[in-house]
Amino acid sequence: MFKRRRSTQDFDDEIKAHLALEADELRREGLTEEEAYRRARASFGNAQAARERFYLKGRMEWLDNRIQDLRFALRQLRKDLGFALTAVLILALGLSSSVAIFAFVDAALVKPLPYQEPNRLVMLFESIPLGPRFHLSYPDYLDWKRQNTVFRSLDVFEPFGFMMKTSDGLRQTDGARVSSGFFRTLGVKPVLGRDFYDGEDKPETPRTTLLSYAAWQRRYGSDPKIIGQPVVLDGDTYTIVGVLPREFSFSPAEPADFWSILKATSTCRGCHGLYGVARLKDGVTFGAAFANIKAVAENLEKMYPDSNRDQKAYMLPLAEVITGDIRPVLVVMLSGAGLLLLIAAINVASLLLVRAESRRREVAVRGALGASQRRLALQFITEGVLLTTIGSVLGLAMAQQGMHMLTLLIPKDMLAAMPFLRGLGLNGHVLLFAGALAIAAAALFALTPMALFRVMDIREGLTEGSRSSSSTLWRRFGANMVVVELATAMVLLVGAGLLGKSFYKLLHTDTGLQSDHIATVHIQAESEKYNKDELRAALAHEVERRVQALPGVQAVGITTKLPIEDADWTSSFTIPGRPDNDVHKEVAVRYVTSGYMNTLKTRLISGRYFAAEEPAKVVIVNQTLAKQYFPGEDVIGKRIAFDSKNPLLIIGAINDIQEGQLDAKPRGAAYMPFYQSPYFNGFVVLARTSQDESSMLSSLTATLHDLDKGMALYNPMTMEQKIHDAPSTYLHRSSAWLVAGFALMALALGVVGLYGVIAYSVSRRTREIGVRMALGAQRRAVYGLVLRQAGWLTLCGLVIGLVCSIGAAVSLQKLLYGVQAWDAITLAGVAVLLGAVSMVASCLPAHRAASLNPTDALRTE
Amino acid sequence: MPTQNESEDRIALLQGTLDLLILKTLVMGPCHGQGIARSIQRQSEQVFFVDHGSLYLALQRLEDKKWLSAKWGVSENNRKARFYSLTAKGREQLVQKASEWQRLSRAMELILGS
Repeated sequence: MFKRRRSTQDFDDEIKAHLALEADELRREGLTEEEAYRRARASFGNAQAARERFYLKGRMEWLDNRIQDLRFALRQLRKDLGFALTAVLILALGLSSSVAIFAFVDAALVKPLPYQEPNRLVMLFESIPLGPRFHLSYPDYLDWKRQNTVFRSLDVFEPFGFMMKTSDGLRQTDGARVSSGFFRTLGVKPVLGRDFYDGEDKPETPRTTLLSYAAWQRRYGSDPKIIGQPVVLDGDTYTIVGVLPREFSFSPAEPADFWSILKATSTCRGCHGLYGVARLKDGVTFGAAFANIKAVAENLEKMYPDSNRDQKAYMLPLAEVITGDIRPVLVVMLSGAGLLLLIAAINVASLLLVRAESRRREVAVRGALGASQRRLALQFITEGVLLTTIGSVLGLAMAQQGMHMLTLLIPKDMLAAMPFLRGLGLNGHVLLFAGALAIAAAALFALTPMALFRVMDIREGLTEGSRSSSSTLWRRFGANMVVVELATAMVLLVGAGLLGKSFYKLLHTDTGLQSDHIATVHIQAESEKYNKDELRAALAHEVERRVQALPGVQAVGITTKLPIEDADWTSSFTIPGRPDNDVHKEVAVRYVTSGYMNTLKTRLISGRYFAAEEPAKVVIVNQTLAKQYFPGEDVIGKRIAFDSKNPLLIIGAINDIQEGQLDAKPRGAAYMPFYQSPYFNGFVVLARTSQDESSMLSSLTATLHDLDKGMALYNPMTMEQKIHDAPSTYLHRSSAWLVAGFALMALALGVVGLYGVIAYSVSRRTREIGVRMALGAQRRAVYGLVLRQAGWLTLCGLVIGLVCSIGAAVSLQKLLYGVQAWDAITLAGVAVLLGAVSMVASCLPAHRAASLNPTDALRTE
Repeated sequence: MPTQNESEDRIALLQGTLDLLILKTLVMGPCHGQGIARSIQRQSEQVFFVDHGSLYLALQRLEDKKWLSAKWGVSENNRKARFYSLTAKGREQLVQKASEWQRLSRAMELILGS
């Protein structure tokens, strides 16, 4: 439809040919050459009119005009390259940050999880007095499954680190153990081989495992013959029966290479280690299901008061478990990016407005020459669309880069736990979002100058002198825009300030240990080789001895679990000789060697640390346990019992070591001598060194490798790394940094905007200032005149910003740590910073105004 | 605008009749625009006056409808000219339009003649 079949030139040639033929004929009829030609032309009629009619008919007139407009717009942009570059860059910056962050939001929150009807899936926990999201035991799982009436199926899984036997000895591998119906509950089918069958979890059937797609590629080179092959995990031989789909991920158990069958061997109701996942029956609401499973748990509490007291059921939608932690961070980041985009858009719009002002005459002339209102409007739309298109294309390229950079910033472990981020990229959703933003921006940029001209009279535009109406308009638009910009910048700065402060507070939480100069590594020894307590004890002793002998090592300790992880490994206890009062007492339990507390440099509050040999059954408790269960008493010499036959004597009380994540509340913890129960062939060794601890890691691993080559050594890391890479730290750090980045850009854009407005207003008032000065106004008064205007705008921006900031900060509360939303120091600091920077930005034009020569100023027109 | 001609006997063509006349003229064989104009004037015994601008736009319109095809060639007196010829579709249209016209003119005659 847009293609023309025939050129105007060809049509023209045909008319010429006609005239020549007609002239020939007339000549033949006896006319002179000249007369013949004249007659031919006369009889043809208006050839030009025919040409025009042909031209208009053949060509899409509309499209033609658009091309003209586009050419004109390009010429305009090229003429003012500085303006064009600034506008495009600002727009690209704003768009790219929004689009990049939206891509994360899309990957994490918008895209459905890779299961069948994912919104019918829930995750089940046991809630205990320590918190709501704890594990359930195998017998509890069976009872929940049998007694509930609301789930179509209920299965369990547990993240499980396997020790895989390889030709080089043991290697730590990530995996999970699942009940037989787990994948059917999720609605996931293996791409190769088979799923577990019902009853495969019976103790007598052979052990089997599924492979994750990534593990199949990495470990077995995508070999399809892998089905049926054996693999030795934790000393047991498993048969590989299938490979899971590439898009499958299940972050509560991830990272996991081996998904093996969970054998129904445990009959221990107090042994918790499983999480439930269930699919709701059709028509059953979340609330009804929750009520039902709660009732089941209460029933079990009555039936098994010993093991199940205070063990309630807790349930969450699966999606919330998977993306719940990251959601508030993403929402904050998206809001930050959105605000930045708002500022960017306003900045570009005000740039356009300034330019439109200077084009009043051009528009007036075009109008006077007969360009219709519609045509003039289309010109502005073309320019807006052109600007937005260039900006968007650049913005998309920048967003792609930005996403790539952001994923590089996520620690590997965190990334593995967020498998949904694998789908990150400029997909349909993201492009749609970018497109919507671009259309909104184009509309804004087209409408802004149009709004200016709609009210403008053409005649008025031709007489350049009349400024009154334009400056009121300018004041109405431009000034309001700056107030919005400054307020938005303030909101972002306050957000960044609060998040930054939280992050600082988090990193400086009292962890109860001195995290510098500590190197750690996990050890797992083969269970067949170290099958007796004496052998295991000897191994631990030898590990301590060899590490102690390394140059620079000041202290060595062993523990069963490092601090700053999750608060798992808890146990309930009683206080012998005291009434139980039906209170469930549960604390974290760690087995540590005598060097452990010296290595961490914990603070002893009373009593003593462990000696190398402890003949009696003893325990060290932390401050929280002491305060909670022995308030106002001296705990030293009291006893607690984890099993009623073996009460332990409390010999020391130490300050709280942060066992859980940095932002978790302190909890009770008990530490017992490692060598009194050396039934662990896996533990963590810690060394305090006088040297650089990260360089220590390799010698630490090498020494231990020499000790036993078959031993698995994994997760070597320094204590500082542990704190810095902890998930809670990461979430706080990333949100603080990103929002700070947005805030700084917003500050720059906002201040540039203010500068632009003031400078422009000074340039418009040059003549007025000249008159004032000629009439005797002092330079100081001129300064005052300009700064008063700037000050007023800044003040408005700050006040509105302050109100909005408090509102925004309250919604940020979830991400704040150790700082209130209305933190006065942050608010005041930001206000002072923004005010100061704004004043500096307006001093420049003020100075220019004050140093005007009145005679020159009067002459400007 | 057509130049006013000295002869008052000439009538401007009725809307839609020009297409029919062009098709009819081309039944004799391919012809260029000037030839078509001359032929229409001659055959109508100088009654019809063809506005040349309209003629060429009509030719273009019929070509767009694929009733005609056109190509550049050389006239009998060795001038370059664009020759039009009827397509099969054009022939069909001619038959249809001609019978329509005959019915119309018969009806007109009946009314005017009584």
